[in-house]
Amino acid sequence: MITIFGIPSAALFGQLLIGLINGSFYALLSLGLAVIFGMLNIINFAHGAQYMLGAVAAFLMLNFLGVNYWGALILAPLIVGAIGIVIERTFLQWLYKLDHLYGLLLTFGLALIIEGTARNYLGSAGLPYALPEALRGGQNLGFMFLPNYRAWVILVSLVICFGTWYAIERTRLGAYLRAATENPTLVRAFGINVPVMITLTYGFGVALAAFAGVMAAPIYNVSPQMGAELIIVVFAVVVIGGMGSILGAILTGFGLGVVEGLTKVFFPEASNTVIFVVMAIVLLVRPAGLFGRGT
Amino acid sequence: MQASSSPVSATPVTVRQPSLLQRQGELIGFVIMVAALIVAPYFTYPLFLMQAMCFALFACAFNLLIGYVGLLSFGHALYFGWASYISAHAAKVWGFNPEFAILTGTLTAAVCGFLAGSLAIRRQGIYFAMITLALAQMMYFVALRMKFTGGEDGIQAVPRGYLFGFINLNNETTMYVFVMAVFLAGFLLIYRIIHSPFGEVLKAIRENEPRAISLGYKTDRYKLIAFVLSATLAGVAGSTKAITLQIASLTDVNWPMSGEVVLMTLVGGLGTIFGPVVGAFVILAMQFKLSSVGEWVLVIQGVIFVTCVLLFRRGIVGEIAALFRR
Repeated sequence: MITIFGIPSAALFGQLLIGLINGSFYALLSLGLAVIFGMLNIINFAHGAQYMLGAVAAFLMLNFLGVNYWGALILAPLIVGAIGIVIERTFLQWLYKLDHLYGLLLTFGLALIIEGTARNYLGSAGLPYALPEALRGGQNLGFMFLPNYRAWVILVSLVICFGTWYAIERTRLGAYLRAATENPTLVRAFGINVPVMITLTYGFGVALAAFAGVMAAPIYNVSPQMGAELIIVVFAVVVIGGMGSILGAILTGFGLGVVEGLTKVFFPEASNTVIFVVMAIVLLVRPAGLFGRGT
Repeated sequence: MQASSSPVSATPVTVRQPSLLQRQGELIGFVIMVAALIVAPYFTYPLFLMQAMCFALFACAFNLLIGYVGLLSFGHALYFGWASYISAHAAKVWGFNPEFAILTGTLTAAVCGFLAGSLAIRRQGIYFAMITLALAQMMYFVALRMKFTGGEDGIQAVPRGYLFGFINLNNETTMYVFVMAVFLAGFLLIYRIIHSPFGEVLKAIRENEPRAISLGYKTDRYKLIAFVLSATLAGVAGSTKAITLQIASLTDVNWPMSGEVVLMTLVGGLGTIFGPVVGAFVILAMQFKLSSVGEWVLVIQGVIFVTCVLLFRRGIVGEIAALFRR
């Protein structure tokens, strides 16, 4: 057996893979947070709950409507995104003129409502979600075993992340979006319907979270509290990366997933805390964050 | 809360005299509060009241930051919970007297507050909230891992012991008087801080930080001192809670606790002196009454959050004060 630094290479690559998987979710969620924050100036505390909602939607559709994984991958983000749009219209739109903090408090309240409701109906235990037929099994790469589903998660989240980056940084719609982030009043004066754009942005960010939730369902089980702890880690990721840059959010997400995975190999006791420690170090060395633009 | 910038007086540190009406109102409020705390044990469970006073002090400490410096800490469970653990450990394992156990817990909170505060004040606004939350979560995992905290069980059967070696705190009346004394002392200290020249600078930072900087105040230092004070007082509340209820557990240090103290303060009224106290009693009474509905408490709390943010941003006390001002 090959060993690296006294660790069997299979274990090392295995944890590296898990790190990349976690990193995919960090990247997808922090991307959504950054897009929402850019347009709405609100930190969406309900992001974790909406991620959970995506997984729960997939679970319910599979068991009660017979919609399989592939259907859920498309339908769940649409449904949860629509819920997001309703939330934006009913609650969030009244907060844009207020201090940032109220947005955080309101979405925190929403997160409690969503999580509490889910716990009442589903209980706190995890519910299993079967792997889709087509993605069972795996490849033997010689140095490690690569389950197909994990490879799929990493691939898809990379595609989604870079697709979002491309849409925002390289297309006309993205240019409107960036312009509206900088100066909404001016963009409105050019005849672009900024309020609708804001609503759709929130819907898109929420749908992204739900999409991540569906992808996570076969890996982590579906449980009401799956989002709550994840969102706090994602907050740390966002603090480290800074929300100024889309690419920054993606890179930080994947990078920290890998760091976490490696910590699990070399120093397992610290694997829960390592991201927060990295955050503390970044705050000491580069207070604005790795890709931040001040404040 | 920099958006609502009201002009800050240009002469440095002139302590604005509060209007006579405001002073009177605060005095009347204080008298009512003390009177209510004295008679309340005859009407309801003393243990509930003691718990509520600990949480009221916790919320007051939190309010010192959000209400008077405009900093939203979403990780105050760290100071409350860790102070609670350390004082419980000191009382149970090291055999400290209650006053020294509380002091040890409080010091722990102060040190944690200094470390977390130094990191958190490097960023502003929304990032500040996220950093404090993340650091608190880190310390939650540490508490979960460490042996002395007892993991899921927590530290149970903490002895109340003898205050100063001779006052028996196992007697419910003495315990009540002691908790009330701690609460009132903390409350008055916060009142004193808010109305001191130091407190005026804090409010200036809340209203307009760049202007406070241009007036020559080292605002980071003020923010850090306020943060440490707030964490320390949260530590007093946590330690006292551990001795009173004789338990320290993961609930005290986990993120829902941080959310709960925000909720208490928001319901009572951000930036009002009595708001956190009212909020703490209201929220705890609600939890007490609703303990049978299980997980729905979470939903109800969420609904209160949403309602408060959308409709009652001034909170209970803020609304009452606004009525009188008319």
